[in-house]
Amino acid sequence: MTRVALYRVLVILAAVLLLELLCAIGVIDRITMQPPHLILRDLGRILISGKQNAAILKTMTNASIAFSLALLVGIATAAVLHGYRALRETLDPLFATYYAIPVFAFYPLLIVLFGLGDAPQIGIGFMLGVVAVIVNTLNGLDRVPRVLRKAALIERLGAAEVALKVALPYAAPYVLTGAKFAVAYTLIGIIGAEFIMSRGGMGYEISFAYNNFDNATMYPLIVLILAVSISINTALSWWEKRLLARRGL
Amino acid sequence: MSQASAHVSLRGVTKTFPSAAGGELHALGPVDLDLRRGEFLAVVGPSGCGKSTLLELIAGLSPPTAGTIEFEGRRIAGDIPDGIGVVFQEDACFPWLSVEANVAFGLRKSAIEPAAKTKRVREVIELMGLTDFAKSYPAQLSGGMRQRVCIARTLVKEPRLILLDEPFGALDQQTRLLMGDEVLKLWRQTGATVFLITHALDEAAMLADRIAVMSARPGRLIDAVETNWPRERDSRIVERPEFGVITARLWKSLREESLKTIGRAK
Amino acid sequence: MSANALKGVRNAAMLIAGLLVAWQALYWFVGDAALRPPLATFRYTLNLVTSEAFWPHLSETMRAFAVALAIAVSVGLATGFWLGSHKLSSQVFEPMLVAVYSIPKITLYPILLLAFGLGMPAKIAFGAIHGIVPVALFTINAVRNVRPILIKTGRVHGLSATEMVRAVLFPAALPEIFTGFRVGFSLTLIGTLLGEMFAAQRGLGYLLMTAIGLHNVDLIMAVTLLLITFAAAVSSVLLAIDRRLHRRI
Repeated sequence: MTRVALYRVLVILAAVLLLELLCAIGVIDRITMQPPHLILRDLGRILISGKQNAAILKTMTNASIAFSLALLVGIATAAVLHGYRALRETLDPLFATYYAIPVFAFYPLLIVLFGLGDAPQIGIGFMLGVVAVIVNTLNGLDRVPRVLRKAALIERLGAAEVALKVALPYAAPYVLTGAKFAVAYTLIGIIGAEFIMSRGGMGYEISFAYNNFDNATMYPLIVLILAVSISINTALSWWEKRLLARRGL
Repeated sequence: MSQASAHVSLRGVTKTFPSAAGGELHALGPVDLDLRRGEFLAVVGPSGCGKSTLLELIAGLSPPTAGTIEFEGRRIAGDIPDGIGVVFQEDACFPWLSVEANVAFGLRKSAIEPAAKTKRVREVIELMGLTDFAKSYPAQLSGGMRQRVCIARTLVKEPRLILLDEPFGALDQQTRLLMGDEVLKLWRQTGATVFLITHALDEAAMLADRIAVMSARPGRLIDAVETNWPRERDSRIVERPEFGVITARLWKSLREESLKTIGRAK
Repeated sequence: MSANALKGVRNAAMLIAGLLVAWQALYWFVGDAALRPPLATFRYTLNLVTSEAFWPHLSETMRAFAVALAIAVSVGLATGFWLGSHKLSSQVFEPMLVAVYSIPKITLYPILLLAFGLGMPAKIAFGAIHGIVPVALFTINAVRNVRPILIKTGRVHGLSATEMVRAVLFPAALPEIFTGFRVGFSLTLIGTLLGEMFAAQRGLGYLLMTAIGLHNVDLIMAVTLLLITFAAAVSSVLLAIDRRLHRRI
C-alpha cells in the first residue's frame, strides 16, 4: 500500500472511531445516531433477513432504468445539438440554470402524465440525470481536434460515422464524467420522489423509519445507498482514468 | 580576469536533482564562467544539457548544489538579487492585467513615487512599440507582442543584468530576427550585461560578443567563441562571411554532444 | 462586444418564447388536472407575491440561502486553497471530496433533521453541504492549474508568500474559482430548497411541498415559476461574468 493510500485509510478509520467514541460517551445520543458498528450489524441483519429486498430491488431497478435512459438520450441529444450551434447557444442558459431548479415540482405533472406506477419516479430520475450527460458530452465534443475531423472526412466517413467512430470515442472520458454525475442525480431523483409520494422503495422505507424512530432500519439503508453510489462512482472514475492515461493525460 | 572585477562570476557551480528512481540526477557542472560588465554572452548547448538550470541558478530561483555564484561581488544562493531581470521562453504575461499593468508589475518593489512610475512605464511601453496597445489585454496580442510585454516588464526595473531564457523560442524565424535587432538596440541603450540561453546557433552567432558552448548532460563548458562584432550591429551581419565561420565552429563543437542527446553517439 | 450582448439577449428571448410555447402546448395536451396555462399562472403568481402571507416564506428562504452560500463559499475556498497548494493533503483528501460530491445527498436529510431539528439550522446545513464540495473542487483545480511560469515570474520580482497569493495565485485562479462559485450557487440553492421541502415549516420549499401534498396546482406552478425565474436571472448574470473572466485567458 502506498503512503497516500495508508493515510487515506487512517483518516477514514479515525473518523469512524471518532463517531464511535462520540456515541459511546453520549455526545451523540441513540435517538440521533447509532454507533457505526451497530449500523453495520443492522445492515447485515437487513440484508440476510431479506425484509427490505423488495424496496432495494425497486429503487435500484428504477434507478438503473432512469440512468440508462439518461445516458442514451443525453449522448444522442448532445451529438445532435453539437451540430446546431444556434440551438445550442439558445439552450446554454437553460443548462446553466437547470441544477438550481427544484425538478421535483414537476413530479405531480409526471404522475398525471404517467399514472401512479414507477414511471413518474423514473421520469424524475431521468430528468435530473440527462442534463449532466448532455452538458459533459458537449464539453467532450468541443475538444475533438479539428485535424481528427478532417482526417475522418478524408477517409470519406459520413456525418453519423464521424460522430460514432471519431467524435464520441474521443469524447468518451468526458461522457464518463457526465455518467458519474448522472448516477448521483438519478438516485437523487428516484429517492427524492420516493420521499415525496410513494408506497415503496428505499426512500419510502427511510422516511417511514424516520417517522417511527426506527434508526435500526434508517441508518443501514442510508449507508447502503451511499455505499452503492460511491462504488459505482469509483468504478467509473477508474475507467475514466484508464481512458485518459492511454492518451497520456 | 579576476573574480572580483567580473560582473557575474561562477566558480565550480554544480546542480543535482533527486531523480525519480530515488538516486541523484547530475544536471549541471562544474561550471566556471565570468561575465564582463556590459557584455552580451550567449550559451548554446544540446537540449536537456542544463542551460535553463544554469540561468535559474544565476537568477537566484534555486541554489546551486556546490560552488559559488557572485553578482556584483555579492554571493547569490537561492534568493532573488536586486538588479537582475529575467525573460522566459514561455508566455509569462499575467492574463488578468492590461499591458500597462503588466509592465507596471515590474515596479511593484521599487520605492519611486507613483508619478515617476507612470512616466517610466509609459517610456518603456513606447520603447517597445506597445503604446497603441497599452490598454489591451495579453490575450488580444500576438505571441511576439506578448514577449515584448514581458521584455518591457523586465526593462522597466532598469536591471543591470538581463537573463534571457530562449526568449524567442516560441516565435517564427522572421519575428526572431527582428526581435534580435530590438534586443541588440536595448542592450546598447541600457548598457546592461546580457546572458542569453538558446539552442539556435545562428541566434547566438548574430547577437553575442562571446558564445559559450555546453556539453550534453551534465552540462559543462566545452568551448568559448569570441565573435568580435562591432557594438553597433544588427541582423544584417548574417550576410557576412564571418557569420558562417562562427556558426560552423559552433556546430563543430556541438555535433558530437547533440548526437549523445539523441542516443546516437559512437 | 455589443454584438455579443445583442446575441445573448436574442438567444434568451428565443429560449423564453420557446419554453412558453412548449408550456402552452403541454397544457393543451395534459389539461387542468396537472397544469395551468402560462397566462393563468402569471396571474396567480402576481396575486401570490402581492399577498401578505407570501413574504415571510420568501424572506425565510433567502436568509437560509444567503447563510448557506456564505458558508459554502468560505469553507470551499479555504479547503480549495489548502488542498490546491499542498500536494500530499490533496492526494489524501481529494478522492474523499469527489466521493462526497457524488453521493445523493438527499438521503442524508433524516440525519440532518435528527442532528439539527426542524427549522433554520437544518436547511442551512442542507444548502451548505451541497455547495461546499463543488466550490472546493473547482478551487483545488484552479490553484493547481496556475501556470508555473507565472509563479516563477512572481518570484523573479521578489514577491513574498502573501503577495504571491494576492497578486498572482488568486487572480490567475479567479476564472475557474468563479465557475466553482457559479456551480456552488446553483447547488446551494437547490440544497436549501430541498432542505425546506423535507425539513422545514416555512420557506418556498415548504410552500412547494405543501402544494404538492394538497395537489394545489396553481400554487405549485406559481412557486416553481418564481424559483425558476430567480435561478435563471442570477445564473445568467453569473454566466456572463464567468465568460468575461475566461475570455482574458
